Amino acid sequence: MKTLKRDYFINFSFILPALIIFSLFYIYPFINIFFLSFTGNELSGGTKFVGWENFRQIFTEDKEWWNSVWHAGYITFWALTFQNFLALVLALCVDRAVKTGRIYRVLFFILPILSEIIIGLFWRTLLSPIKGVAAPLNISPVHRLVNMLGLGPFLGTFFSNPLNNPKTALTAVALVHCWKGFGWGFVILLAGLQTIPEELYEAARIDGAGLFQRFFKITLPLLMPVIVLVIILTILGTMQVFALIMALTRGGPAGYTEVPVIRIFNHLTQYKIGYASAEGLVLGLILIIVSFTFMQLSRRVKQT
Amino acid sequence: MRRGNYGYFLLVLLIFNLFFLSCSSQNKNQVLIWHWMTDRNQAFQKLAKEYEKETGVKVRFEIFFPPNVYAQKVQAAAQAGTLPDIFGILGEKEYLASFVRRNLVVDFSPYFEEKPAWKESFISQALEVSSFSKDNIYRVKAGIYGIPIDFMNIQFLYNKELFKKAGLDPNYPPRNFAEFIAQAKLLHQKLGVEGFICGWGETWLMYSLALDFAFNIMGEKKVLDTFRGKYSYNSPGWVKVFSLFRQMKEAGIIPEGILTMANKEAEEIFANQRAAFSFNGSWCVNVYQKLNPQLNYAPCLIPEVSSAYPRKIWGGAGASFMVNAHSPRKEAAVKFLEWLTQKKQQDFLIRVTNNLPAIKEAPDNLGLVLKEFRKGIDYVTHPNLWPVYEKPKVIEKFTQQLQKVILGEITPAEAAAAVEKVKLRIIKKD
Amino acid sequence: MDKAKKAFLLTLMHTFLISVAVSCIFPLVWMIMSSFKTYQEFIQIPADINTWRGFLHWFLPHKFNLANYISAWRDGNLGMYFLNSVIYTFLAVSGIVFVSSLAGFAFSRLEFWGRDFIFHLFLAAMMIPIPAGFVPLFVLLTRIHLVNTRLGYILAMINVGLSLSIYLFKTFFDNLPRDLEDAARIDGCSKLRIWWNVAFPLAAPATGVVIIFNALNVWNEFILAVIIFADKSKLPLQAGLMEFAGEHIGNEPLIMAGLTIAALPIIVVYLLMQKHIIKGITAGAMVG
Repeated sequence: MKTLKRDYFINFSFILPALIIFSLFYIYPFINIFFLSFTGNELSGGTKFVGWENFRQIFTEDKEWWNSVWHAGYITFWALTFQNFLALVLALCVDRAVKTGRIYRVLFFILPILSEIIIGLFWRTLLSPIKGVAAPLNISPVHRLVNMLGLGPFLGTFFSNPLNNPKTALTAVALVHCWKGFGWGFVILLAGLQTIPEELYEAARIDGAGLFQRFFKITLPLLMPVIVLVIILTILGTMQVFALIMALTRGGPAGYTEVPVIRIFNHLTQYKIGYASAEGLVLGLILIIVSFTFMQLSRRVKQT
Repeated sequence: MRRGNYGYFLLVLLIFNLFFLSCSSQNKNQVLIWHWMTDRNQAFQKLAKEYEKETGVKVRFEIFFPPNVYAQKVQAAAQAGTLPDIFGILGEKEYLASFVRRNLVVDFSPYFEEKPAWKESFISQALEVSSFSKDNIYRVKAGIYGIPIDFMNIQFLYNKELFKKAGLDPNYPPRNFAEFIAQAKLLHQKLGVEGFICGWGETWLMYSLALDFAFNIMGEKKVLDTFRGKYSYNSPGWVKVFSLFRQMKEAGIIPEGILTMANKEAEEIFANQRAAFSFNGSWCVNVYQKLNPQLNYAPCLIPEVSSAYPRKIWGGAGASFMVNAHSPRKEAAVKFLEWLTQKKQQDFLIRVTNNLPAIKEAPDNLGLVLKEFRKGIDYVTHPNLWPVYEKPKVIEKFTQQLQKVILGEITPAEAAAAVEKVKLRIIKKD
Repeated sequence: MDKAKKAFLLTLMHTFLISVAVSCIFPLVWMIMSSFKTYQEFIQIPADINTWRGFLHWFLPHKFNLANYISAWRDGNLGMYFLNSVIYTFLAVSGIVFVSSLAGFAFSRLEFWGRDFIFHLFLAAMMIPIPAGFVPLFVLLTRIHLVNTRLGYILAMINVGLSLSIYLFKTFFDNLPRDLEDAARIDGCSKLRIWWNVAFPLAAPATGVVIIFNALNVWNEFILAVIIFADKSKLPLQAGLMEFAGEHIGNEPLIMAGLTIAALPIIVVYLLMQKHIIKGITAGAMVG
């Protein structure tokens, strides 16, 4: 297609509305954040330039910040493995069960729709021991359910008070997060599965390929692009988790479930906008490095 | 309708609406107030109407919630120069200081000079929370920058009903720490209720209790010297503070979930008679009143740990209002605050919101519990009243180490050492 | 495979699916059940809670009491906030659909200087969060006189959803055959008309995803709204809900009623859109 000079202008006008909004509401604040991250906590008389001080503090002194990044990373690890595996298995099941698939599609997507506040309140109520009542009644509803099902001896230690035990708190938060989030992965993976033509499976079946062979030879390779998309969305979503953890543990006990965005938010509330900006930039940098590295890697794998 | 037409219709609607929506209402002749206090919003609205009837001046209260978002809103408005006529500043005194440095808030000193009686009417600590003395460490111009509208202090609370049930005398709260532990343990074991409850997920509540203990153990001078860097966190006094919390845990009187508990959860548990003791501010009277009007409880001073130094409790103005220094309605705003802090209005606020008044004059209609709370005035202290302040980084470390002590992960001595390490690093940098 | 084994596997699969599905609707049911309870009922723990009967007795409301809903709607003034939220969601989402389908179309079909660079800029924005961006945003809105206006908030919310939506539209158009558009071009249609009459209607599935994704986002937002608006009368539902919850601290059944009111519309929208969503994601997913 040949394009005239005048056409360039017309073509460009198509993205103009998006570009104007984007520059005003994203680029401008971003540049502001960038400059703010070199200023001190003082709001006084404009802003006080402190050079690299904020970044130096983040990188050399602020152990809590890196702990929080590690916590988010840990939750992301669970989300990448457990959550996405669950999503994939469910998508595979529903892909086959065509008749009832519609119902599951609706049900599995209810959790992503509900707000974090509800989910947080729900699990906090269910996982915390009931307080201030005499001995046999004071265990948490989930623990009670586990006991009633006869699973107490195996799962009892985990479920006795998972959100407040420093050893289990982060895992418990991660599991709730996975449970809330798998709906997204499920829907996207299911969509991907449905684009794979049935004939391919038929042909493989005639060739005598088993269930697992069919999965690894046909489904997985064809699904790869979708899986990559899901993984990137998972990383971006989980590293920025905030509201759910606020509702579940407020970052406690003793900061064992604190994540970066909670720290940034708290620093903002404490009027430390320079430091919070620097933290935001560092987090953004981490995310961009991780996701671009991953994209590059997946591209390389695809080529070979 | 065809799809194309439908889309076109949407587009027209959208453009039309955008123009329509962009107009912003701003009334030039009314005093605008931003606040975050959900418990007294209704009362404020009534007072605003009352004031307009009396003086003809329009006043509008706007509430924004939750408080942490409100704080960011005020910060953003300060940055952009769109603060309302009257607003509150949440958080540490340093934030107020930064507003003073930028000349954003009115100094009330000239008004008080004109009307000494107005200044005299306040409980002094309530006023001091937002004043700066000469040569203050915040290095801002001396003055009084906030008008307190109520007074609060944080004390121990005990449930009289449960005391009776367990065979204890409901009129004798624990006098010292050992007695407190023993009573809480007894109540816990006999009745199955929690011995002690508090919203320590909000770490400042834990910190304020720790400081109460510290004042009692070491006295004000040593505590403040610690902040100045002249006295070590490693000293036995501070280690003792940490160990008190460990003792509470070991006695089994604090529940597992206390470290992630929001204060409202703790309030609910105490209101429903499921905990014997609590540590909470005088604002709780209103909360308990709503949750369980039959609750029979009373405040008491913190149990004495040592007799070497007087006990202190955390307290001051519960909420203060600042006036925007650049507002054209500055005078009207100050006048309104003066009206708001008169006895009649204060009495009305007490009646509706169950808070302690900011003024000295004894109110007519104070409930029994509030009367007890009011006795705490003589013991009140507050970080905003001290000539020095601890760095937020150190406080963060302190509360974190305190939690680890409660969890039993580290010993009190280790906790103190870790805090001291951070403190030394910060001193070195300054 | 013999029949018995197949039936067994099928049963196993359905048991698994059903148990996951139950866990998904459980919080919803819990929220709705709690919202019918009175406060006293909510805090009460039956002595036989360790048995199934007692457990159910604890879980279900004794009778379906609508008082909480009436109280939430009236005292919380949720009606006003509700209307605001509907306006914001409707306008912001239509704005996003309009702006991003236009841009997605251009990024996919048209040529202009800096096309790939600008597209990657949008992509990068998806990855760099600006949680600290509220204050600069507020200052900006003040400078362009849009602070405390509905328009300002809507534009800011449009921006929030822009990156992902453009990405979804672009990849959808990339995978769309060009035949129809070519036919239209030969008929002498302008590019704008091709977009409007051919490409956009064909992109209905992508539009479905963009709508549900952003509707969720805008509907649940409240922090930015509280910061931007100075008039309470302009706040959206979630902000009103926060205030209502603050006013009735501790009264969970009442708060649950408010939360249910806030959650229902979005569930209805999802049920209406769900057919498109799968299709749209199918198309959007095939990129890599």
